[in-house]
Amino acid sequence: MQLLEFQAKELFREYGINLLESISSTNIEKGREDVKKLGYPFVIKIQVPVGGRGKAGGIQKCQNDDEFELKYPQVMDLTIKGEKARAILLEKMADIKKELYLSIFLNRSKRCYTIIASAEGGVEIESVKNQIIKEIGLGEVSDELAKEVAKEVGLEGNTAEQFADTLVKLSKLTIEKEAELVEINPLAIMQDDSIMALDGKFVTDDNSNFRHDELQKYQEKTEIEEQAEKSGFSLVELDGDIAVVGNGAGLVMSTLDMLSDNGGKPACFLDVGGGATTESVYEALTLISKLDRVKGILVNLYGGIVKTTVVAEAFLKAYENNLIDLPVFSRLKGTESEKATEMLQGSRTKIFTTVEEAINAAVMGVKN
Amino acid sequence: MTDIFELLKGKQGDSDYENKGVIVQGITGAYGSLHAKQMIAYGTNVVAGVTPGKGGQKFEDKVPVYNSMQEAVDATNAKISILFVPAKFFLGAAKDALNAGIKLLVAIPEHVPIRDTMEALDLANQKGAVIIGPNTPGIMIPELIKIGIMPPMPFKAGKIAVLSKSGTLLYEISDALTNAGFGQSITIGIGGDPVNGTRMIDAFEMVKDIPDLEGLVVVGEIGGDSEEILAQRIIDSGFNKPTVAYIAGRAAPKEKRMGHAGAIVMGTYGSAESKISMFNKANIPVAKRPAEVPVLLAGKMEKSD
Repeated sequence: MQLLEFQAKELFREYGINLLESISSTNIEKGREDVKKLGYPFVIKIQVPVGGRGKAGGIQKCQNDDEFELKYPQVMDLTIKGEKARAILLEKMADIKKELYLSIFLNRSKRCYTIIASAEGGVEIESVKNQIIKEIGLGEVSDELAKEVAKEVGLEGNTAEQFADTLVKLSKLTIEKEAELVEINPLAIMQDDSIMALDGKFVTDDNSNFRHDELQKYQEKTEIEEQAEKSGFSLVELDGDIAVVGNGAGLVMSTLDMLSDNGGKPACFLDVGGGATTESVYEALTLISKLDRVKGILVNLYGGIVKTTVVAEAFLKAYENNLIDLPVFSRLKGTESEKATEMLQGSRTKIFTTVEEAINAAVMGVKN
Repeated sequence: MTDIFELLKGKQGDSDYENKGVIVQGITGAYGSLHAKQMIAYGTNVVAGVTPGKGGQKFEDKVPVYNSMQEAVDATNAKISILFVPAKFFLGAAKDALNAGIKLLVAIPEHVPIRDTMEALDLANQKGAVIIGPNTPGIMIPELIKIGIMPPMPFKAGKIAVLSKSGTLLYEISDALTNAGFGQSITIGIGGDPVNGTRMIDAFEMVKDIPDLEGLVVVGEIGGDSEEILAQRIIDSGFNKPTVAYIAGRAAPKEKRMGHAGAIVMGTYGSAESKISMFNKANIPVAKRPAEVPVLLAGKMEKSD
């Protein structure tokens, strides 16, 4: 999961990384209280788990009560890349001399952690110039290495020392929390030459969650996502009207692509996992029945060893229990597909030989 | 570079030529036992199983079960193991295998923490061993040896190498290839995790010099840059066998994990566009649908004739 800025900063604070004073809130009443503690001027920052907040108007300077009353609700109402505000962070205005870039990330192709640092921060990583890149194995950064990076960034004296100190702390945070990415952008040099983290990005390795109870408070999941996880499914909600179900992440992505190519709009990505059983397919239909925008269900299962009759049973059970009243367009690869087709005759589930046929029927089916 | 065929088949004249022993870690679990049976049915020579605390039993009245990998390796001299333990026990089991002298470790579990994969890889490098996975369907030479969880039906012996991040897409595309008359010389599941024991380029190095290789199929998906790096390697190496790619996830939203831990686009890093444009640069056609893969491959073969 990707933490929100204020959550990343909570971790930064815990590890002794310098920060400006800031307070988070989820409504304007609490925001007004925060203003009293913080005092003007400050910056209003939308808390969403995506980048590009500044460009979208999600970061606003605020000098007085009038501005606050106007801008707080404006920022709170923004949707950025489909993400609604989770909270608002009020942060003291900073007197910045220079903006740097610093991150430690998991380099997938090199299969090690890597430091990226630059004297030219404050822009998206793709545009960061003169990147200093150091591969650091499992994430350990020694004082010597940190000082070397500070020097290469062109820092001197007290600023260099503070930068190195920040880098060592960042490495400790990365290792102990098993992050995939920890980024400070910008890392600012202030007028008094101190170093401050003005923003924070933190992406965890969800597969290590079982070792990190302390991070679970940051987990945000819809009720449906939580149920999916309990069943061992992967679910991503999308904004279309055809639910896409299959077994295996690659196969479901592929089905999503083909559906979109044919003018269909997926309502969700639902991977029931490698195998498919009556129970797992029934459980998937239960989840989908809770998404109200769905007009049809597209099922693409590559069973291999699985008997398609086992899957057909799940559909029949779902209709019998009035779980769903939606048309299902299904391609089931596996044994006994003729028998499965026979079982489903007269029901609202149609079986197709190829996924292309199932997709075409689904796209036509939800139009009517 | 590891000679994967020597590991999987051995050398002609060896007493175990084309009958290499495989140890199954976690053989008494539900998942491990199901697939151990399937592998045996396929003809894979499963010589031992390991489940701590269950040593002394016989699996299916035939295969001896040991408490540790060291015991199993001492008794069988096997160099290959397949691992079915839950993700949180992966690192311990992998170390157990590598320290016992295993040279090819096929790691099936999904949800292994990245740090654990990297630690296992460190040890594998020290020991000169290869890890396939984690989160892989496995590796197979069709009609000879299957070390994995793939159903047998889609695969047929032949001369096309297939590398795939996804399990079910590997089955789907191999099925389409088989139906079009393209059997497979080897299929390698890279796995859907961010960090892979055997990366796309490593797998490419394993297959590129197969003497009678007639083509290569690469099944990628969004996330990371292993497809881009592979495309560059293909350009640099002058590899000239007909090659076709497929990339899943063109319609996936950014910054969302699509089922696989590794299937996530961050900014432009990991996007389908980036991968497709690199394959185009390498003059490798990219199929829009799995069913299109054999069609494009046949087209490539005609041109190269």
